[in-house]
Amino acid sequence: MSEFDAATAAVQAALDAGARYADARVMHRRYESMSARNGDIEELSQDESVGLGVRALVGSGWGFHAVPDLSDAAARDAGRRAAAIAAASARVPGPPIDLVPVEATVASWASDCVVDPLGVPLSDKGDLLVRATATMREHGADLAEGLYQIWDTSKWFVSSEGHRIDQRIRECGGGISATSIGDGETQRRSYPSYRGQYGTTGWELVTSLDLAAHAARIAEESRELLTAPLCPAGETDLILGGEQLALQIHESVGHAIELDRILGWEAAFAGTSWLDLARLGSLRYGSELMNVTIDPTIPGALGSFGFDDEGSPAVARDAVREGRWVGVLAGRDSAAAAGLDYGGSVRADGWARLPMVRMTNVGLEPGPHTLDEIIAATDDGVLMDINRSWSIDDKRLNFQFGCEVGWEVKKGRRGRMLRNPTYTGIGPVFWRSMDMLSSETVAWGTPNCGKGQPGQVGHTGHPAAPARFRGVRVGVRA
Amino acid sequence: MNAEMEIAAGVVDLVRHTAGPAAEAEVLVTRSDLALTRFANSFVHQNVSETGVAVHLRLHVDGRTVTGSGSRIDADGLAALVERTRAAARLAPPDPAWPGLTAPTPVPAGPAVDEATAFASPDERAERVRAFVAAVEGLEAAGYCRTAYRSGAFANSAGHTAVGRAAEAAMDGIARAGGADGVARLCADRLADLDGAALGARAAAKARAAADPVELPPGHYEVVLEPAAVADLLQNLAWHGFNGKRYAERQSFAEPGTAQFDPSVTLVDDPLHAGTLPFDLEGTPRRALPLVEGGTTGAVAYDRRAGAEAGAGSTGHGMPGSATFGPIPHNIRLLAGTTDAGAAVAAGPVSAGVTGAVGDPDTAALVAGMRRGLLVSDFWYTRVLDPKQLVITGLTRNGVWLVEDGVPTRAVRDFRFTESYPRALGPGRVLGLGRTAVRQPGRVDGSWYETPALRLSSWHFTGGASG
Repeated sequence: MSEFDAATAAVQAALDAGARYADARVMHRRYESMSARNGDIEELSQDESVGLGVRALVGSGWGFHAVPDLSDAAARDAGRRAAAIAAASARVPGPPIDLVPVEATVASWASDCVVDPLGVPLSDKGDLLVRATATMREHGADLAEGLYQIWDTSKWFVSSEGHRIDQRIRECGGGISATSIGDGETQRRSYPSYRGQYGTTGWELVTSLDLAAHAARIAEESRELLTAPLCPAGETDLILGGEQLALQIHESVGHAIELDRILGWEAAFAGTSWLDLARLGSLRYGSELMNVTIDPTIPGALGSFGFDDEGSPAVARDAVREGRWVGVLAGRDSAAAAGLDYGGSVRADGWARLPMVRMTNVGLEPGPHTLDEIIAATDDGVLMDINRSWSIDDKRLNFQFGCEVGWEVKKGRRGRMLRNPTYTGIGPVFWRSMDMLSSETVAWGTPNCGKGQPGQVGHTGHPAAPARFRGVRVGVRA
Repeated sequence: MNAEMEIAAGVVDLVRHTAGPAAEAEVLVTRSDLALTRFANSFVHQNVSETGVAVHLRLHVDGRTVTGSGSRIDADGLAALVERTRAAARLAPPDPAWPGLTAPTPVPAGPAVDEATAFASPDERAERVRAFVAAVEGLEAAGYCRTAYRSGAFANSAGHTAVGRAAEAAMDGIARAGGADGVARLCADRLADLDGAALGARAAAKARAAADPVELPPGHYEVVLEPAAVADLLQNLAWHGFNGKRYAERQSFAEPGTAQFDPSVTLVDDPLHAGTLPFDLEGTPRRALPLVEGGTTGAVAYDRRAGAEAGAGSTGHGMPGSATFGPIPHNIRLLAGTTDAGAAVAAGPVSAGVTGAVGDPDTAALVAGMRRGLLVSDFWYTRVLDPKQLVITGLTRNGVWLVEDGVPTRAVRDFRFTESYPRALGPGRVLGLGRTAVRQPGRVDGSWYETPALRLSSWHFTGGASG
């Protein structure tokens, strides 16, 4: 029985049990991770997971059931159970559910991959982490850590509307970090970011990072930070490196424009959004330099795919254009509920999870400047880079971020290193203060975006470049 | 022999046949039935269930260690798991710190399993949601009701075996009144012990009491933290402090033998109390682990690897990823106070001041002793600024009230805070503990934090809702 056959059987069983719409995803995911510490391999894990998840719509109620079994009997039982669960939802009914139309598609899609990451010998991958972590130890780190992760996911999607789509998405990435431990505090430096850089690519991404070449520098910087002056407290001009700006986009734009949050569907857990649909198209989100796109078509970016997990094709859209809010991340049912005509941003973390609205690649279009130009134009400020902590309220307004490292900027020059840099603000006020944006864009990958109950981990991409923000509160501490 | 043990023992045999008698293998097979009914805008919008199976194999051969796992339990699937794990072991780097296998050891029976909870129907979950929604009486309601059942079997090539089952139910919901939210959250051994109507009524009362909040200036405030907020303290202390790997790396605040906490603080990781299998990923029997006794830090958690490095042995905290992230206690009880926390206990003036702000006599007693401070329901999005001092930033959520002369006088807008958790609980800083502990569900089944409300002398709020 093929994967398509199993998905088709599940969908048919749900329809036979009373569903007016059903879809099913068979997923086969291979995962591998290796971590190293202080020159030794710490853990090598491999996982292979295969299963089927079926979603049924009965009246105005959804139901979902998943099984790790692709037999005809198991698939049909899963379809029947999904329909029964959907019927139970009617005990607490909501408004009628519609789905925005999507053309029924028969298609195949695969991400680009030059070097199969699971085909690279484990010994080579281990040597890379061992060498980098040993170098960090030699250069003063008390704790030297390295990590890579690989996901190879094949999926087969069938819907009762005629979709029949298979995709293979290979993702990988890695990074290193050095921690120095002083009296009562720790200091960390990472490369290229805390958990590393990730994309829908082959091992060529990890090779291009050249982890070992940066090991000595970050180890020495982590040591140096222990005695660096504290980031001053107060309001100042803030320059963010691209990696930190990527997380700023993720937390204060990406999640805020998720339509399920805007509609209140995540109110009890992930939260809602400060955005009001009545102001879509007119609300000023940020300065005119702010152009944010939702673009799952970017080759190699971590949030890329051919089709989302309810069969909508990957399409690039504007979320913010010249500072004005113009678009959302949506699914077929949430879009219909909001009176919009597009979905395309629904994804499931494996076969056992319900597809839900998720970020794809949400990022800033490049600006006209360079980081050097931004620094040169800054009389008094702080440059911060590489995220260390992140926290934002349930409406995605009030945020506080900590970075691994800061630098004083005085009279257009980068000065001494600063430790424990933090900054805080309110999303739209912050974005409206952005007055310089670099053209040096990198599509940063975030492999650990949590959302949903039961929990799902999403992989998202965020093109971002260094930028300057005026009058930001920095140096918050206990 | 149950079905899971047949699989586990079969995989150990397969390793023995293919990798030889010197190979060391440990296998955990877990079957799960997990279901969650989720509601928002007062209707069920997501309703899911999952029948799952996971086979976890750790193999140590020729000085190299690899972990493999999979969801296929047919003969071909298990053979493929063993083969790819063996193949990976041949190429893996040496592992000089291999801690060896758990020797044959008696394993306790574990908490009792309520069959009605283990195999509850979607209608039974939906019925509790219906009761919650009805009880909020016109407010918007959102949250979930979940049930979970796991059956596990462990076997290793040293001859140790263990079996166990676990079930739990949890409900977590908010009521929403014009932008103000109130929360009610409970984890239980039995679905029958979750009263959707009672939880809904509590959430609604809190939401109504949280309406029309004022913004107060940031600063240090005395606080009463309700159990949902205290659970966040326990979770962060566990992840970053009582984590044996972080302790070995000198990244933890923990100093065993030192009076780091107020004498009223006693913390126990107590997995056999409820909802978990009686053994860990490595087959080590679970047991109660005193983390803090009378304010003195007692122990940190170890898996076999971290325990061997520390010379302490495993405390039964092996879990997927613990080699990387560290062994973390997930079943922490903050023991309730044994004396009256305040003069108001007898009177139980739960309706004094802002009606509904205080939902129970226990919290009322703590609030009654406060001249000026804040009553905080819940914390949100807490993240570590520095692990060594466990400085955390986060926000309040689901209700904050100003308390004056022992009475909640008005609702307050949410704050951002930046605070060292061990310092906030330090000697002399705990002014009162409630007498009733409430079990709060963790993000995944099997993880919970049982705690009373807590009165602290100071909490550092570093920003208001508007910045």
